[in-house]
Formats: sequence, C-alpha cells, structure tokens
Amino acid sequence: MAEFSRGFGARRRESAPELPPGQYLTTDFPVLSAGPTPRVTTDEWAFSVVSESGQTTSWSWSELMALPVEDIHTDIHCVTRWSKLGTHWRGVSVDTLLDGIPTIAVSAMAHSYGGYTTNVPLADLLGGKAWVAFEFEGEPLAAEHGGPARLLVPHLYFWKSAKWVRGLALQTHDDPGFWEQNGYNLHGDPWREERYW
Amino acid sequence: MSASAWLKAHVSAVVPLTAHAGSLLLDVPDWPGNLPGQHLDVRLTAEDGYQAERSYSIASFGPGTTVELAVDEVPDGEVSPYLVRDVAAGDFLEVKGPLGQYFVWREAEPAPVQLIAGGSGVVPLLAMARAHAASGSSAEFRLLYSTRSPADAMYADEISRREDAAFEVSWVYTRQAPDGWARPAGRVSEAELAALCWPPARQPSVFVCGPTSFVEAVADALVRIGHAPERIRTERFGGA
Repeated sequence: MAEFSRGFGARRRESAPELPPGQYLTTDFPVLSAGPTPRVTTDEWAFSVVSESGQTTSWSWSELMALPVEDIHTDIHCVTRWSKLGTHWRGVSVDTLLDGIPTIAVSAMAHSYGGYTTNVPLADLLGGKAWVAFEFEGEPLAAEHGGPARLLVPHLYFWKSAKWVRGLALQTHDDPGFWEQNGYNLHGDPWREERYW
Repeated sequence: MSASAWLKAHVSAVVPLTAHAGSLLLDVPDWPGNLPGQHLDVRLTAEDGYQAERSYSIASFGPGTTVELAVDEVPDGEVSPYLVRDVAAGDFLEVKGPLGQYFVWREAEPAPVQLIAGGSGVVPLLAMARAHAASGSSAEFRLLYSTRSPADAMYADEISRREDAAFEVSWVYTRQAPDGWARPAGRVSEAELAALCWPPARQPSVFVCGPTSFVEAVADALVRIGHAPERIRTERFGGA
C-alpha cells in the first residue's frame, strides 16, 4: 500500500481540469523576482531583436504601439506552483515582431532591464504562442509584474515570460538563461512538469 | 544535483515557533544536503490519493539528512494549517529538492552580508546565519528582522543567542513593540534601512525575504540609498 500523510486532505482546494499537475489555483497575482524591480519609463523603453547574424531591429514604445495589438485570454502557471485561470492581456505578437527578419535560429534569449535572461525555443515563440504584453486586466502592466512590457509565453512556466523585457537575441543553439542556470528547467512545459534540472 | 525525484520523508519532531508557526524536523534518508537559503517542494498525499504540493524555505543547511522546515500558517490555506497544526512525529510526506541556486549564501564569499527579513521570510536567512556561525568565514553579518510583534517573531531566542560582533541584529516591530521600546511600532523606513544596514560603500551582499509588499518596498529603498541592484537578492512570498 502506498504511504500517505495521516489526516491530510480536510481543507481541499477547488480543482479544475485546466490545472497542470502539481499546481493550485490562486486569485492573487504573486510575484517572483530575483532582485529589485527595475523602474523603466515608456520614454526610455526600447525593444530590439538581434538576429544570429547581428542584424538589429528596434522599436520605441510608440513604434510598438503602432503595431497590431492582440487581446490574449489565457491561463498562467508559475513554477512555484500557483496557477491563475482566465487572465486577460494585450500585446504585440512575437510573430509580428519577427516578421521579415531573416533567421535560421532555433532559440531566442530574452533579455530584460535589470540584466535577467531566459531562453525560449523559437518554436515556442512563433505561431500565435507568445507576445510582448503591456496591459493586464485592462490596466497598464505594473512594474512589479514586469511593466512597462513583459514577454508573455503562457504555455510555459511563467518565469519564461520575462519581465521588463527589452529584447530577443536569436541563436542557433538553446543556451540556458539566468533562471535556467540557477536550477530551473531549460524548457519549462507545465503539462510535463518541466520544473527543475 | 538533480532535483527531479520525490524523496520519502518522516517527521521526527514538531516544535511550535509562534501561535501560528512551527518548525518540522524531517528525516530524509536520500537528502543530498543543501546550501543555506535553498527551498524545497513538499507533497502531501491523502489516504484516498488526493495530493497537494507547495514550496517551503529550509531553515537548515549542510550535508545532513535531517531537514528543518519552518512553516507559517496561511489562514485560509490548505497545506500550511496541516503542517502547523495537524502533523506529528512519525507522519509521512515527500520532498523534492534542494531547489534554487541563486538565493544562497556561499561561505567562500568574503563580502559583508546584510539579511533583511519580513515575517516568516526569516527562515532562509536563519539558515544563512547558522551556516555563517558554523563556518570559518570572516564575513560580517547583519540581520534586520521586521515582525508584527515580539510574539510573532520566529526563532527569536535563537537569533538573540547568536547575536555577537560578527552577527548584529536589529528588530523592527510593525504593529506592537515591546514595553519600553524606544521606537514606535511601524514599518521600516528608508532612513532606518540606511542607518541599520551595511552602507553601500561596504558593498554588502544583501538578501531580502518576506511578503511581496515588504520586499518591493525594501528593495526599492535600498536602490535609492545607493546599493547596486545586482547585489540585492530577493525572495518574495505571495498568494497562498
């Protein structure tokens, strides 16, 4: 007989089929960051894509706002085990940002104000799966949640949705970013529980 | 050091810390040891197979197979009330870890260390203070511990006992100060952080742990005081 924790289970949380294994529902919006929150104004904000050949394409805040903006309705899953269902975001698709940039890259390193990095395979960034998001539940994205803009890759654990994002470096190989060098999984699929090394 | 497997653990002792928090000593035969500041995941399995998993900071450090957790009860929580109120010596659970390679103190680091705790955020910082005391490190430590009241302070006796020239402690009470305490109860101010913590010129390694609002306010103030953001490591609690 499998061992169990005596007397546990009296205060069960609501469960939901949308919940990946090992996650629990929260209605809060917890924060996970390694350091102080960078404070970046939209005036100084800029976003760049650097291809593996070194070609750089940049957008100012107003240039980003001039691109097609999409409404995103999605669940989000943090590796620290909370999930939040049915969140609403607005942002520009990574497909739009990479459109017309010649590349043979397989991966991208997302770089953030504050120095943090996270690696995401290009296959997880393209095809309507990822955005540069700047609005959460109808409000400008708060700094502690990554504002003015963060990467949003909701089908992966949320540390991949780099806060305070300032660019993507396209790479021909998938190298570990900051969190991935500090114990977290290279890929981070919540449905396969790719949490740690 | 792979963190992929669930390890069997049995509770060897339960010690109350405050009216709403307790420490658990776990016997984990396959525990690979951990650095001070790391955390682990706990998995509880009910008799009918229902499971719940949560992350907790580790109060212990080093190579042993006895792991100390300290858990503060989340009032409407599912797992923490069980760990604080129901669990007893001999009970079974599972752990996965140690986790996290960044919010850790390594004794080879010579820099002075500033620990700043809000509430139960003291747990991983206590592990660092314990590791410091047990090491030959000449790094000087300071702890600033913000807690609601003396009765809410976790490990208060041990922290006071450890206080010496290489481990200075400042207490900040936010709701109720002890009788005769000069400072009125209230949140720690930027001026107090400047006065009580190592100054930026000493280039301390700073570790801040606590609820999100506490960590946000303290880390912002430390940057304004002049501490380099990359020398400030944070761990935030939020939600359930």
